[in-house]
Amino acid sequence: MKTLHIENMIACYHCGNECLDNHIHTEEKVFCCEGCKTVFEILDKNNLCNYYDLETQAGISPGNAHFEFLDSEQVINQLLDFKNEEIGKVTFFIPSIHCSSCLYLLENLYKLNTDILHSTVDFLKKQVSVTFRISVNEEEKTGITLRQLAELLTSLGYEPLVSLNDVVKNQQMPSSRKLITQIGVAGFCAGNIMLFSFPEYLGLNDPDYQYLFGYLNIALAIPVVFYSASDYFISVRNSLKNKRINIDFPILLGILTAFLRGTYEVLFSHGAGYFDSLSGLVFFLLIGKWFQEKTYSFLSFERDYKSFFPLAVTRIKQASEEFVAVNELKEGDKILIRNGELIPADSLLYKGNAQIDYSFVTGESKSEHKNPGDFLYAGGRHTGEKIEMEVLKSVSQSYLTQLWNNDAFQKNSQSPVKTFSGYVAKYFTIAVLILAVIVALYWYNHDTSRMWNAFTAILIIACPCALSLSYPFALGNSLRKMGKQHFYLKNAETIETLTQCDSIVFDKTGTLTSSNGDLPAPHFNRILSVFEEMFVASLVSNSTHPVSMKIKKLYHDKGNITLENFREITGKGLEATYHHHKIKLGSESFVIPTKNAVKTEGNGSFTHLSIDGVYVGYYALTNHYRKGVAEMLAALAKTHELFLLSGDNDAERNKLSAWFPGENHIFFECKPQQKLDFIKNLQFSGKRVIMIGDGLNDAGALKQADAGIAVTDNTLQFTPSSDAILEADKLRLLPDFLKYSKFSLKVIRFSFLISLIYNFIGLSFAVSGTLSPVVAAILMPVSSATMLLIASVGTNFRYFGNEDQPFQSA
Amino acid sequence: MQIIFLMIGISLIVALIFLGAFIWSMQNGQNDDLFTPAMRILTDAEISKSEKK
Repeated sequence: MKTLHIENMIACYHCGNECLDNHIHTEEKVFCCEGCKTVFEILDKNNLCNYYDLETQAGISPGNAHFEFLDSEQVINQLLDFKNEEIGKVTFFIPSIHCSSCLYLLENLYKLNTDILHSTVDFLKKQVSVTFRISVNEEEKTGITLRQLAELLTSLGYEPLVSLNDVVKNQQMPSSRKLITQIGVAGFCAGNIMLFSFPEYLGLNDPDYQYLFGYLNIALAIPVVFYSASDYFISVRNSLKNKRINIDFPILLGILTAFLRGTYEVLFSHGAGYFDSLSGLVFFLLIGKWFQEKTYSFLSFERDYKSFFPLAVTRIKQASEEFVAVNELKEGDKILIRNGELIPADSLLYKGNAQIDYSFVTGESKSEHKNPGDFLYAGGRHTGEKIEMEVLKSVSQSYLTQLWNNDAFQKNSQSPVKTFSGYVAKYFTIAVLILAVIVALYWYNHDTSRMWNAFTAILIIACPCALSLSYPFALGNSLRKMGKQHFYLKNAETIETLTQCDSIVFDKTGTLTSSNGDLPAPHFNRILSVFEEMFVASLVSNSTHPVSMKIKKLYHDKGNITLENFREITGKGLEATYHHHKIKLGSESFVIPTKNAVKTEGNGSFTHLSIDGVYVGYYALTNHYRKGVAEMLAALAKTHELFLLSGDNDAERNKLSAWFPGENHIFFECKPQQKLDFIKNLQFSGKRVIMIGDGLNDAGALKQADAGIAVTDNTLQFTPSSDAILEADKLRLLPDFLKYSKFSLKVIRFSFLISLIYNFIGLSFAVSGTLSPVVAAILMPVSSATMLLIASVGTNFRYFGNEDQPFQSA
Repeated sequence: MQIIFLMIGISLIVALIFLGAFIWSMQNGQNDDLFTPAMRILTDAEISKSEKK
């Protein structure tokens, strides 16, 4: 086996990470840490080293997570898919599944532990279902507990993500199953009906067969109408309940009329009916629906704080520890939070020093230091020693989570946006009904025998199936194209909503700026010696100020000299001595009292350094805006009104006001609830709003907005519930996405015009009462095919994005 | 020409059997995950190769 040397970097045999100085050698293989070595040894012992042949360095360095809460009977019962005395089945979500080696290892779990009977991976959903011999507690000799199983997975580097959401969600069947079955049935019936209709088309009028084929056609059309098209019944019933006519109404009317008239003709007047057109239409419509239903199974658009918060937490009760489900926490409970755990509820810290990272909440990666007696908001992740705290508010009443009690999350968002299909449904349907009645009255006075013929033919031929076809194909195509550019939409309707918005509201931190933990950049007038670097590192390791933490990281924690006279002056800086060498780090006035103004470059915070009274330079922590933000905002400002809601202070007002023109377009120090209310007010004044944000603090605003777009650096990370998820480095393409959405809608309008022409041809037959099944059978597929052609060629034709023409960086 | 009744009957029955098989496979969840099996087959081949050695 070989070791990989990449530019003097030694890569870990297991996970491919860079091995630092303290790496481990065994059998010519190099590992970055004990964890990786252990995984390798486990795999080696069990002859599973194929893992490394499938993909090199595929492994994941194992983390350490706590699964004590999986001992709780209540939690176990909620998590298990199936359980009897011996066997349990559980499905874990494992975000780190990423390659065929993962699949191989996870499906061979039974070789590692004989109590695991079977495991199956669903790669796209990143889930593994494990069937295992269950034991309730560890004393039993056979079987393993759920906790042991989770720990086994974690020890291999596949840490399952067990969250409250898994418990709350119902075990739902994939929705595509029903639709595909409906398509299958419709396709089967349509094919056979067409076969049995051929004699009619060709004019073979043998009465025996005519009856037989007619009856067979009715029999085959029944499942098409009442099973395959059953969703149309539901949709129409729902919209009529809300006293609205939706696009499905005229379609259902056409389907039912065609079915009833055909049945009547076959049974009583030796006709052939329109069963072939009818079943073909349903088949095409369902295929359109299926095409539109592109889902990104690895993304979730419906996450709320439940999928982010832990399932259970340690409660301290009379000196003993127990695990309780998070939603059972009450005010006054005392809880224990370990390194890496989340704070589930607003609480008061009373023991231990906390280092809280609120990046999930605010998008800000700085961590905050808290002392006993401090108030801690829910949602922060704690790093460091064990801390104890007292719960002040229950989980759902906490500062952050009470956002979810807002109305925006209660109602099933009935978007007030008027869609094109909505307009068509309303006016087109009314027009068709009026026309049908007029024509019926005309024939009633002239030739009564033709009245029913003409009336029903109009209803059949005028059904706006063309629109129902071009919609899903055009939007489905756009959905896929934008997905390829890493802009993932929740559903096709979002495209139409996007085109109608006239205002865009941005969050700043984490959205316009990058939250990737930037290290401070040193700007020195000379290079520091190794000793001086250690000196600085030792100095900052005594402080927990966020900037100190970052400088400490810069020097890889190598500060280990003991300093004398260490002083931390709040708001100013740090100073200390070591063997008569004096060091000072902090604000300009603190480090350079002589008021020699130092030139600093860029915006941001600067930390100055002097050694032995000589000024050396400064560390710059600049606010780092994402690439292309300025160009994007300039392009958007032409078509939309732009707003900025930032949770930060107004240090950058000047720079930002150039990007967000107009008065009262920039707001600083916004609380989550204020963001939500701001959007509500905009909507109240008649605006349609797109909200672009990232953290949990934007969740309310994202939900309230007509279209909420969550920006994320990594799609596997938590994103608050939204209508679309956009990868951060594609944020600059936003104007293109909006333009493209508008274009897709234009394609739909165009195809609707074409379909009107077909409808007029059909109607000219229909009003005269001479629409024969053959004409219908030709007209229907021709118009459908035209729609498909326009929709798919149209949306694919457009040159998308300025990929070859990169934006200049800001 | 009476034979045509029989033939239509048989053809419909055969077609219905296929439709039944399709519906069964859908209900059984065979088409739920069309991606993973494609990867699984690769790993299986790798195992048998190494076991032969």
